Amino acid sequence: MDRLLFLLATGLARGAIFALFALSLVLIWRAARIVNFAQGAMAVVAVYVAFAVTGLTGSYWAGFASAIVAGAAIGFAVERGVMRFAPHDSPLSGVIIAIGLVMVLQSALGILFGATVRPMEVPFDERPIVIAGVPVLSPYDLFVLVVAVAVMAALGVLFTRTSLGLQLRASAFAPEVSRLLGVRVSRMLTIGWMLSAAVAALAALLLVPTELGLSPHSTDVLFVYAFTVAVVGGLDSPPGALLGGLVVGVLMSLVTGYLGATVAPIAVLVLLVVVLLVRPGGIFSARQVRQA
Amino acid sequence: MSPRILPGLTGTPRLLVTAAALTVLAIGGTFLLDPYRNYQLALVAAYFCATAGLTLLIGLSGQLSLGHAALMAAGGYGYALTANALTESGIDGVPRFLVSLVVAVVAAGLLGLLLGLAGARLSGPYLAGVTLALVIALPAITSVFSGVFRGDQGVQIAYDGVPEALRLIIAVEQWQAWVAILVTAIVVTGLAVIRRGRLGLRMRAVHGDETSARLNGVPAGRVKVAAFTASAVSAGAGGAILCFVTQSVSPGAYTLAFSLLLVVAVVVGGLGSIGGAAVGAVVVVLLPWLIGTAIGAFDLPTELEQRLSGNLGVLVFGALLIVVTAVWPGGLAGALRRRRRRENRMLRADQMPPAEPRDSRPAEPAIPASPASHPISTEPER
Amino acid sequence: MSGATTTDGIAAVSPASDASTAGGTIAVEALRAGYGGEPVLHDVSFALAPGEVVAVLGANGAGKTTLLRTVAGLVPVASGRVLLDGGDLAGVRVEDRARRGLAQVPEGRSVVAELTVDENLRLGALQRHRGRARDAAVASVYELFEPLARRRTSAGHQLSGGERQMLALGRALVAEPRVLMLDEPSLGLAPIVVAQLMGVLRETAASRGLTVLLAEQNVTSALSIADRGIVLALGRVVADAPAAQLAADTALRHAYLGF
Repeated sequence: MDRLLFLLATGLARGAIFALFALSLVLIWRAARIVNFAQGAMAVVAVYVAFAVTGLTGSYWAGFASAIVAGAAIGFAVERGVMRFAPHDSPLSGVIIAIGLVMVLQSALGILFGATVRPMEVPFDERPIVIAGVPVLSPYDLFVLVVAVAVMAALGVLFTRTSLGLQLRASAFAPEVSRLLGVRVSRMLTIGWMLSAAVAALAALLLVPTELGLSPHSTDVLFVYAFTVAVVGGLDSPPGALLGGLVVGVLMSLVTGYLGATVAPIAVLVLLVVVLLVRPGGIFSARQVRQA
Repeated sequence: MSPRILPGLTGTPRLLVTAAALTVLAIGGTFLLDPYRNYQLALVAAYFCATAGLTLLIGLSGQLSLGHAALMAAGGYGYALTANALTESGIDGVPRFLVSLVVAVVAAGLLGLLLGLAGARLSGPYLAGVTLALVIALPAITSVFSGVFRGDQGVQIAYDGVPEALRLIIAVEQWQAWVAILVTAIVVTGLAVIRRGRLGLRMRAVHGDETSARLNGVPAGRVKVAAFTASAVSAGAGGAILCFVTQSVSPGAYTLAFSLLLVVAVVVGGLGSIGGAAVGAVVVVLLPWLIGTAIGAFDLPTELEQRLSGNLGVLVFGALLIVVTAVWPGGLAGALRRRRRRENRMLRADQMPPAEPRDSRPAEPAIPASPASHPISTEPER
Repeated sequence: MSGATTTDGIAAVSPASDASTAGGTIAVEALRAGYGGEPVLHDVSFALAPGEVVAVLGANGAGKTTLLRTVAGLVPVASGRVLLDGGDLAGVRVEDRARRGLAQVPEGRSVVAELTVDENLRLGALQRHRGRARDAAVASVYELFEPLARRRTSAGHQLSGGERQMLALGRALVAEPRVLMLDEPSLGLAPIVVAQLMGVLRETAASRGLTVLLAEQNVTSALSIADRGIVLALGRVVADAPAAQLAADTALRHAYLGF
């Protein structure tokens, strides 16, 4: 029973990270109708930047801030430098270019830093917080939950309460009409990429210390989990990403805890296939799946 | 892509003659190569099997699979497990090879059928995600079921020597190249026949506009499943050949990186083009080897050399993938086609009809009616 | 309809300069344009004076939509010029043309279906008004189109055809354009709704001195509020005359307008 509680709480923290990363996929999907398969590779580059900054300054928080800034910068560079040139005649072009980007970024990291897995330290106590004699979750997991909730709330306010958010949404839904109303749609697309990449970088930064450590492939599995989350929740739906993240996080925590870590990728695959076959539009999405 | 030999022949007979001629040429070519080159040729043949199926899948039916390495692995494991079972019951030689090959192809085909059934209901990015999840889950599958798949170590098989009759003439690498070439020739010819036949036409229709294809009586779902199964079968054959040549199959050989490499091969060669898939297979085998040789030529520190040898090839392939997709869609084959078309256009520039003027409104009186009103087109289907 | 007073209301709360309240001039000179290949428009020329309401008429496929889209910058110009207040718009992007006071209500469902009525209007007001002035400008549209006021929080896709067209028109007006282009606002609407819309359009144009270019298949409605009509056939101007004269020209109507 204690173990179950611990696994549930850890699963929520892990799920919050999946949800953040899935949210970043949803942001790009809504803005550009691209499932950005390079999101994980872009995020891991930002985490390397954070790792370097923390190494230089000795401050985790300087690294934390630089990951977000680097994420946004990478999002800017990728949209302006690469994705803008994706041919629009086939929905596959964007995916294929993203795949190319994954290969370039990961191999470049491999050349620069080698394949060594670098452990990442965080300034938090490792002993779990004990409530009524039961160890519930570690202080770091609590920090993860707080950050994830804060970021999601901030994004919610940005998109529903500000005129930038209104323009971002309008540009995504109806680019031509938005241009006719004077909205700089192409700038909104770039901002969408920057926001999304910054959120992904943050999610990756939060995840890496809970795993073995940092390597060019640290985010491969995170991407697959987050993609599953986005599919479970519906690629069009930010609340879906949140709920889907928590569901997948708890599920994976339970599978890992009771069946072993090797089973987790298989469980994700099964979940993904079942959801796609039963509810292709996502469990929480009212809309029909878009056929390419 | 083939030169204009035998102008009298057209259609499928012409294709078969061309395929036979190329196969004889390739087998003859093995006599000119040293054993290592013959080994590389066998690898190229195995990859060509997989890329030819993949190029049809992506280029014609518009379904992107990032998990073809997993389908090759299915073929490889199918081949290895069957071969070992047959060896234990005292069967070897050609019967062992053929039965194992059939099992390999069936195993990969079944997996492909399952993926295809899922894919038929999904749009491009979703299918790509499922196949990605599959290839990432492969090591987990082999270690969870390590009783059968032997975990990370994989399955080793007995050595298939050169048959008695040929033992004096050729070395084992050349024999392996022959087998690889023959199997590949059969598989790829089959794909080429599909490509230019009715199924190929329907795959193009589904890719172009699925809704209008459906309205025209093309069973879009079944066409997509058929395309996926056909490409899985050829990937399985490729995996079986690879297992036959290397005498082993393990999850380490079928990573995500390898899977993406197959995508690079077909994109660079030109999506939908079988000749392009052949070029892509050659590039995928030779470029890493060339880069490795080049790195070895410089006297670099060991650590840097290690980092470069694993990654420089991937970097180059990734950049190629981006550049080809963004500025050179159609790849090598597309570039050749464009050039040929340009030449043709110059020849009959004066006969070109002017383009239709059009307005942006959806329903022009000039457009006859909705496609639903003539269900004849390709042919009706129940 | 109490259009006159409420449109004055808009003008009163707007902080805009003189240029934004007065109508602009829009002209095209020897315009050829299309979607690549053979152009749709051939040598089209005309000019609108400030405050003038001009109907663009013609059969389906005559090039009306292409003309409006070219002026808005959505269709590339092959040769010729588009001039706003005498300035050449070549190289000016769609969104910058809008910011200079050139508004377009595109054909059909131009309401952003995923946004609410209020958000659609705010989007329209975004470039022109800030803060409180934006709220006031949006409120003035609700006074102009009362049915919209009751549906503030409804999403665009929940609206009826008439409500959508009101919203599209209101969203264009809230930006206080100098030139307003409308593409087939009457399409698929009940005659009574068309009459209301045309009434508001006429009154707004008159009270603000707004220049209006109205592409319509509904010739009678369009000519009832227009000062002048331009008839397009196969991408060429075949007639450019006062509205009353066009309405009376039976031969022209039979030949190009189909009634």
